[in-house]
Amino acid sequence: MLKKKEQFMRLIFLFSACTSIIAVFLICIFLFANGIPAMSKIGVFNFLLGKNWKPSNALFGILPMILGSIYVTAGAILIGVPIGVLTAMYLSLFCPKKLYRLIKPAIELLAGIPSVVYGFFGLVVLVPFIRNYIGGNGSVMLTASILLGMMILPTIINVSESAIRAVPSNYYEGGRALGASHERSAFFVILPAAKSGVFASIVLGVGRAIGETMAVIMVAGNQARMPKGLLKGVRTLTANIVIEMGYAADLHREALIATAVVLFIFILIINLSFSLLNRKSI
Amino acid sequence: MSTSKKTVINNNKKLTSKSKDPVSLILRILVWCAAALTIMILFVIIGYILYKGIPNLSLDLFDLEYNTQNVSLMPALINTVIMTILSITIAVPLGIFSAIYLTEYARRGSRLVKIVRITAETLSGIPSIIYGLFGLLFFVTTLHWGFSMLAGGFTLSIMILPLIMRTTEEALHAVPDSYREGSYGLGAGKMRTVFTIVLPSATPGILAGVILAIGRIVGETAALIYTSGTVADIPDSLLSSGRTLSVHMYALSSEGLFMDKAYATAVVLIILVILLNRISSYTAGKISKS
Repeated sequence: MLKKKEQFMRLIFLFSACTSIIAVFLICIFLFANGIPAMSKIGVFNFLLGKNWKPSNALFGILPMILGSIYVTAGAILIGVPIGVLTAMYLSLFCPKKLYRLIKPAIELLAGIPSVVYGFFGLVVLVPFIRNYIGGNGSVMLTASILLGMMILPTIINVSESAIRAVPSNYYEGGRALGASHERSAFFVILPAAKSGVFASIVLGVGRAIGETMAVIMVAGNQARMPKGLLKGVRTLTANIVIEMGYAADLHREALIATAVVLFIFILIINLSFSLLNRKSI
Repeated sequence: MSTSKKTVINNNKKLTSKSKDPVSLILRILVWCAAALTIMILFVIIGYILYKGIPNLSLDLFDLEYNTQNVSLMPALINTVIMTILSITIAVPLGIFSAIYLTEYARRGSRLVKIVRITAETLSGIPSIIYGLFGLLFFVTTLHWGFSMLAGGFTLSIMILPLIMRTTEEALHAVPDSYREGSYGLGAGKMRTVFTIVLPSATPGILAGVILAIGRIVGETAALIYTSGTVADIPDSLLSSGRTLSVHMYALSSEGLFMDKAYATAVVLIILVILLNRISSYTAGKISKS
């Protein structure tokens, strides 16, 4: 009787462990089964490299959105990485212990703020600011990049910080023994040693930025045309899906799912490189 | 190990004394500025929203009825609670059980464990809009649930599953092996050891993870728009559509008609998230002390 119960629970645990496998499997199946046929109907090259997205004229080229996602993400990285890595350096090597107890929860909170609140903040603060002081109508690529740069900060800070902390202290001591100052040892000895962990944090940041949806929609302008500059509106892959999914039908709808497939493949590549980098750093 | 190293670097005043070398000075200023900027961003966001939102908080925002004159957030708040309970009831047992399998039952390095870890890692990297689209294709369309709380709840429970698995696994690992050995020594079986000895000692860690997951549910928008829909009323059943607070917030700010109400909604949302965040680290802090 007891044996049977033990066996039964073991099976339940085993089945639960398999749910994440089933979930990934189902997600792949449903996305690919609904997206790939559209891609072949439109033509893979027309779809991926087409410069026009005009569903009413049966033109489904997502190059503008692919470039839009890449540009916005690159901007976010340019803004978020220097601030993030420097903050991580501060937290791990410069921060007094008492202050650390205050700053660390603040960064956790920054990670916890919902993306729609970030988007709202961008809409009511950043958009008017850019419109009044820099140019354009405010809902432009620059705004989206700045906002995403803020949003990826906690990711970059947390992952970089643990990478920097994982560097053995004799590296630092070696630097000091050779006469380098605290700052020089930190930047020219410890930081290079934590390189692959810092890169992993950047890759994770790229994943966050490219997958972010609501905040970007609220500030990026979302015009479905080739990106024309920092002060022009831009539409990302994620925005394309959310904006048009509500009313799309037939091939249009399938083309949107195919857009998600492209995004999904981007994310899988990013995840893979993250886990490769992570393995290296350990 | 790493903490002891940190104290060596930071607490030795003589070693970290200010150097007069200009490069060091510049580096030090850079690091300080970056940290200050990060903290400033947080304060500006929260401060601005509280400053603009708190004056707009009024009692009729908490009316039970939503209509075009009064865009009450109460139905959305109730929906958020329903959605949270729904997703948590689905994801928490699954997450805890699979963590139990991974730490207590599976052989270390077995192929299944590797696959489960890889898939859980993949799940945690998938953006919420992909979850939303999958929910639309699978729960809403294929299973014919329509736009419903149920479809939204299932979608979110897949989304938070890896988070709960990871935090539970960490909590279970933190339980010393001597506890298990003691239990076996007294003649308890594996299952009894897990449920009466290991799980109770891991509870604070698991709880901290669950609260973190609740924070994600409360803040989620993209995964819900096309699964639980945007109807602004309290749903009659789990198969009717209903918007959560974040979706409500998105709808208000994209309509642009009730900006003052949107500020007030943002305040409620941010206070909820801050509360959940604090409770989570408080419970997590409890285990590290004990």
